[in-house]
Amino acid sequence: MNTVNPMKPSERMKLPRQASIEQIPEERNKNFLEVSSGLDEERALIEAKRCLECKNPVCIEGCPVTIDIRTFIQLIYQKDYIGAVNKIREANYLPAICGRVCPQETQCEIVCTLGKKHEPVAIGKLERFVADYEMARNLFVAPVITEHRDQKVAIVGSGPAGLTCAAELAKLGYKVTVFEALHAVGGVLRYGIPEFRLPRTILDLETDRIKSLGVEIYTNFVIGRTATIDELFNEWGFGAIFLGTGAGTPTFMGIPGESLSGVYSANEYLTRINLMKAYQFPEYDTPIKVGKEIAVIGGGNTAMDAVRTSLRLGARKAYLIYRRSRKEMPAREEEVHHAEEEGVEFVMLTNPVRIIGDANGWVTGIECQKMELGEPDESGRRKPIPIKGSEYVIPVQTVIEAVGQKPNPIIQSTTSGLDVSKRGTVVVNDAQMTSREGIFAGGDLARGGATVILAMRDGKIAAGNIHKYLLSKLDGKGNSKLNVDVKQEIKSI
Amino acid sequence: MFLILSKEILSPTITKYVIKAPYIAKKRKAGNFVMLRIIENGERIPITIVDSDLSAGTITLIVQAIGKTTKLLATKKVGEAILDVVGPLGVPTPIEFHGDVVCIGGGVGTAEVYPIARALKDAGNTIYSIVGARSKDLIILENEMSKLSKQSYVTTDDGSYGRKGIVTDQLKDILDSNKNIKAVYAIGPLPMMKAVSNLTKTYGVKTLVSLNAIMVDGTGMCGGCRVSIGGQMKFACVDGPEFDAHLVDFDELIMRNRTYIDLEKISDERCKRIEMADAVGGGR
Repeated sequence: MNTVNPMKPSERMKLPRQASIEQIPEERNKNFLEVSSGLDEERALIEAKRCLECKNPVCIEGCPVTIDIRTFIQLIYQKDYIGAVNKIREANYLPAICGRVCPQETQCEIVCTLGKKHEPVAIGKLERFVADYEMARNLFVAPVITEHRDQKVAIVGSGPAGLTCAAELAKLGYKVTVFEALHAVGGVLRYGIPEFRLPRTILDLETDRIKSLGVEIYTNFVIGRTATIDELFNEWGFGAIFLGTGAGTPTFMGIPGESLSGVYSANEYLTRINLMKAYQFPEYDTPIKVGKEIAVIGGGNTAMDAVRTSLRLGARKAYLIYRRSRKEMPAREEEVHHAEEEGVEFVMLTNPVRIIGDANGWVTGIECQKMELGEPDESGRRKPIPIKGSEYVIPVQTVIEAVGQKPNPIIQSTTSGLDVSKRGTVVVNDAQMTSREGIFAGGDLARGGATVILAMRDGKIAAGNIHKYLLSKLDGKGNSKLNVDVKQEIKSI
Repeated sequence: MFLILSKEILSPTITKYVIKAPYIAKKRKAGNFVMLRIIENGERIPITIVDSDLSAGTITLIVQAIGKTTKLLATKKVGEAILDVVGPLGVPTPIEFHGDVVCIGGGVGTAEVYPIARALKDAGNTIYSIVGARSKDLIILENEMSKLSKQSYVTTDDGSYGRKGIVTDQLKDILDSNKNIKAVYAIGPLPMMKAVSNLTKTYGVKTLVSLNAIMVDGTGMCGGCRVSIGGQMKFACVDGPEFDAHLVDFDELIMRNRTYIDLEKISDERCKRIEMADAVGGGR
């Protein structure tokens, strides 16, 4: 493989890893603007020079959607930024999103050769740089679709899995229709991830780019309620269906006091703020109430989003309560770091046992118990054990539970022949195929709570296999053998 | 966009809307609801579907203008559209043959109990109905309810129409005089449903109520509508909205529904100011 950078490896290694420009913590914790504005061109060029252009680019293996990282960084080095973003787009249609929310530090960057002795190349920041460069200059050109096919595919859910699957199938020439239950597109990217991590203008733009491939999107359409899976096959004439409905049902701890006013699931809290823009009340009608002192329970990315959002809504004290130690927290290191910078108080090795309220049913405090770590459990993490007599009360007016989500059961309960696990996830094989013919699934619906990029990976793998499946259903003349009723035109909602 | 095809004023604050929504019309069953959002800045609110017409592709909603969103809806004219309507949501009412059944509607709740009463009658039940409200001008669907009932009664709190008193006064008389009442369906304000439930508990008569909890998405995503049913946490949007009244913790729900009462007032006042500004020719 050719190299483009004449610098010696030892010279490249001397260059420091470039840092993003970020809003200062004391200011950003009062606004919803993006925390980081990414790398500028000068820094991006330095960062691109750091890449060793390995003969065996292990970073690509570390990427769930196998982006040709080596080549796109070479293109940046050559200042062909549009070439670089299009190289990424061959593997992943949503670079502006992945460049922001992907946990690169545990994927491509953790295996980076440079990272063995020095800091790894900031692959994620470079991805974001080229996506932002293209966006700022309005240089996006939709890929040309060379072959058009008559077969129709339905995508259920417009989150990262569904949007990726839709884009890949549209590029292959299929007629793709996405059904979204909410009034806005994006799934967890819309209702879950806050604006300060993923500005909505970017989500809207990426959505428009998917539409520009000819993908139709129906919002306000709940599959299982507004129409069933069987109707999509039999009446609407879809040849295959991809399910990407995520894990949207919140779980609660089951401790006393959860019905008090001021207790939210992280899902409700973030949906009110991100989807419904409650932080702009009364300009927007949806209300939210955030106390002067708040507690978020949990240690994942959702917990970090909720606690950082609370500071932005005026909380003076924001506690993050987690029953293990900081080391075991499943959240991205960057998110934990940002939360700490912004003034979140970490209450580790602590487990809430009861939420306390006043006579009007409002939260006044949370009773917690101290924990110590015992032997590792089945997840490999050391199991927290309560310390007797260590109970104490933290005064708070708002409690947000971010203790996990499970798949919404509406489709599973209205579709026959779909195998569902005990955890409520839809069972799939390596090809993302479910137990029922023609139905594929991926993302959190199949995984039960993972990352945006793994959802995209599933959507991409599913698209490839839906393509194979639909090809197998064609007769020799290129006509579909499926019961495709094109007369049933689906318009006017 | 969902077009308003017709609009009928049923009382000074209660309006009936027929809305074009063919997919929802096709699937709707008694007890289902929709989530509405009227404008881009608007909130999502649940409204029970009163009726649907498959061939016309329409659904009928009856809405009392009590908060910002419902008042805004009332300003919409025929030919204008509602931004978002999604459904049909919730578990449909279980319609079984019981024999003699009492259907009670309190205020705009009558609009919700009416389709259930109709489905129950179609299933062969004998219907006794009670329509109650604070005063005469809030009584709706009296004729419709009376048509499908063996006996129908009206009560008003202030005595301006029908029997002076509350629906439970009438219900007690029915339960005392007819020992064959097998089930009661009651929909109205929470205190009314609570009172009905307390009464029927003493008679041991099965009672179903529809819980109007605060919802955001209406599809089981937020958990804001959680209610305690026999000590278990349930989501009104996907596990309900109807539940066995005798298992419902009404006091808890009454408290939860007060969560945003002050902010709702701010929203409402703001809406009024904008309306007044509009009325005197001011812009937004």
